[in-house]
Amino acid sequence: MPRLGSVPSRRSAAPAAWPPARLHVVTGKGGTGKTTVAAALALALATGGRRSLLVEVEGRQGIAQLFDTPPLPYAERRVAIAPDGGEVHALAIDPEEALLEYLEMFYNLRRAGSALRRLGAIDFATTIAPGMRDVLLTGKVKEATTRTEHDRHVYDAVVLDAPPTGRITPFLNVTAEVAGLTKVGPIKSQSDKVIALLRSAQTAIHVVTVLEEMPVQETIDTATELTTAGLPMGAVIVNMIRESMLPAGTIDREEIATGLRQAHLVEEPTVLDALLAEAAEHQERIRLQRRERKQLSALGHPLLELPFIAHGVDLGALHELSGALTQQGVPAP
Amino acid sequence: MTTPSLDIDGLLSDPDTRIIVCCGSGGVGKTTTAAAIALRAAERGRQTVVLTIDPARRLAQALGLSSLDNTPRRVERVGKDGGELHAMMLDMKRTFDEVVLRHATAEKAEQIFANPFYQAMSTSFAGTQEYMAMEKLGELRATDRWDLIVVDTPPSRSALDFLDAPQRLSRFLDGRMIRMLLTPAKAGGRAYVKFVGAGFAVVNRVVTKVLGTALLHDLSAFVAALDTMFGGFRERAQATYDLLKTPGTAFLVVSAPEPDALREASYFVGRLDSDEMPAAGLVLNRVHSTAAAGLTAERSLAAAETLEESGSTGSTLTAGVLRVHAERIRLTLREQRLRARFTSAHPQVSVAEIPAQPGDVHDLPGLRRVGNDLAANAADPGRR
Repeated sequence: MPRLGSVPSRRSAAPAAWPPARLHVVTGKGGTGKTTVAAALALALATGGRRSLLVEVEGRQGIAQLFDTPPLPYAERRVAIAPDGGEVHALAIDPEEALLEYLEMFYNLRRAGSALRRLGAIDFATTIAPGMRDVLLTGKVKEATTRTEHDRHVYDAVVLDAPPTGRITPFLNVTAEVAGLTKVGPIKSQSDKVIALLRSAQTAIHVVTVLEEMPVQETIDTATELTTAGLPMGAVIVNMIRESMLPAGTIDREEIATGLRQAHLVEEPTVLDALLAEAAEHQERIRLQRRERKQLSALGHPLLELPFIAHGVDLGALHELSGALTQQGVPAP
Repeated sequence: MTTPSLDIDGLLSDPDTRIIVCCGSGGVGKTTTAAAIALRAAERGRQTVVLTIDPARRLAQALGLSSLDNTPRRVERVGKDGGELHAMMLDMKRTFDEVVLRHATAEKAEQIFANPFYQAMSTSFAGTQEYMAMEKLGELRATDRWDLIVVDTPPSRSALDFLDAPQRLSRFLDGRMIRMLLTPAKAGGRAYVKFVGAGFAVVNRVVTKVLGTALLHDLSAFVAALDTMFGGFRERAQATYDLLKTPGTAFLVVSAPEPDALREASYFVGRLDSDEMPAAGLVLNRVHSTAAAGLTAERSLAAAETLEESGSTGSTLTAGVLRVHAERIRLTLREQRLRARFTSAHPQVSVAEIPAQPGDVHDLPGLRRVGNDLAANAADPGRR
């Protein structure tokens, strides 16, 4: 069973290195637990009376599943209370709603919505014209990040459960692509603001990975890709770390047979074989983990570590993971 | 409850199976599964081609895909009984370029390639990959060079968006939006307003206001350049859609025994059902099992504690081994519960499991083992 105290503590390195950003973009290869980590991070960033916003953009309703709430509408609502009185709010961005909202906010044109829809313009912008969708999504994220009320930011931190590593650079760069297409005009100035935020120290892009070959390779590639594109790489968050449960050394069959006898357990050869095979696999996994971890440390980005949760991720597990993040220096003072 | 086991060899041996589409969320081993299935087919005498989207580097090397040239290459020294394996990696920009070249005059093609919209759209925009994967599938099928095509799909929720492509393109082509985009020069002119009808003036004002005149002009130049090709896009999208609906196409949903991945798998199964192209089966990848199921987690943990307290020789190691076993049992039970939940929601979908391996699969023997594991499901239907 993973225990909090058993998370390898990186107290010395992580707090200084954790970026003081307000917008935290969380990406990762599929299957690495990106959404879970984003949710745990939103909890950690709300700790101590702060308010964070957790945003999803892929229409999967993953946040609602994690926090066990009904599907999220296109509206910000509170989904969890963080330790010491903080609040986590959540939002599932729908491109069509974002477009209508955008038209209203900047051009006072919401009423034109139905005419636009009849003409197929909404459809065109949100599903047919590639790229427009991502422009709308990142635009909304920027709006939420920079929104103020009484001269204060509404959210102390915004966490974006972003598309997976394979798509993250084009996703964040889409506004730059669009801005490149237009030299003047309202879209240009709006895009410029989104780009400015995404490339500033206000943003940090965290890559979630597990200690397996392919995800680690993708993490390394993504770090290079982001840096080349001028996007601020944040931390590498290593998820689902399995602890070694075996003492160092070889797995001796006789020794285990003796042990089983002492514990009054059956020592049928088949059971013994099965246990030995499982132990060998476990050792192999730990060995692979160590190898992959070494590769990640060489990257030079802050490294945060989260334990594997054998019983599955529920709200309790989210708090456990958030606690592990806090312990490793999140959020920055 | 026993669910039917997926008979992969039956599927591969049936000469009527012409296309196998592997879909599922990212990170579940879709590409590896597609490659393993294609390899097995080639070794069972089929002329097979596998279209991969974004294979891991070492897997790509194993398939001889070191060069990205967007055409299938034969994998050397593979295949039995006359079967062959060819592999290719989708190059989305190149596929798009080829479509343009095929359907436009050289002069027009140059115009299109030079347009900044085209450059952005063909390289960096989400959605293009899905369209191009289907375009390529249609192309491969049209050559009739292979008797089995195995396709990997892009790792996104929108992986099945191509199913909507024909309708969406039709809606667009038959809509007024395109006419507006095609005639911006005359925007505001009376003849134009009459042409596109009432309500247009409002929309035109909005679009001009939001996009700016210059951008609108560029965009309309782009749409105008592509205009002659749109009809072709629609026709081919429709043809590919029809192809996917024929009995010769089998959809396999790939998943890992994890709640998120299985939820996505459920979504895919439902989506396929509603388009009347039901999933041929679910491939459950990286499944854990134990050969000592009789030794429960509870007993193992209790014994581990007793041993640790005793402090006698060998007790630390044995206790550790028992803890490893307890964790394995719990994981196995959890995965079985998740599988049962899926099958009770989709009792008609047959399932095949692939056991978890500590390391990644990145060579031909590894792919062969995955293929064997998949096929073993049919031989051992009652194991769950």
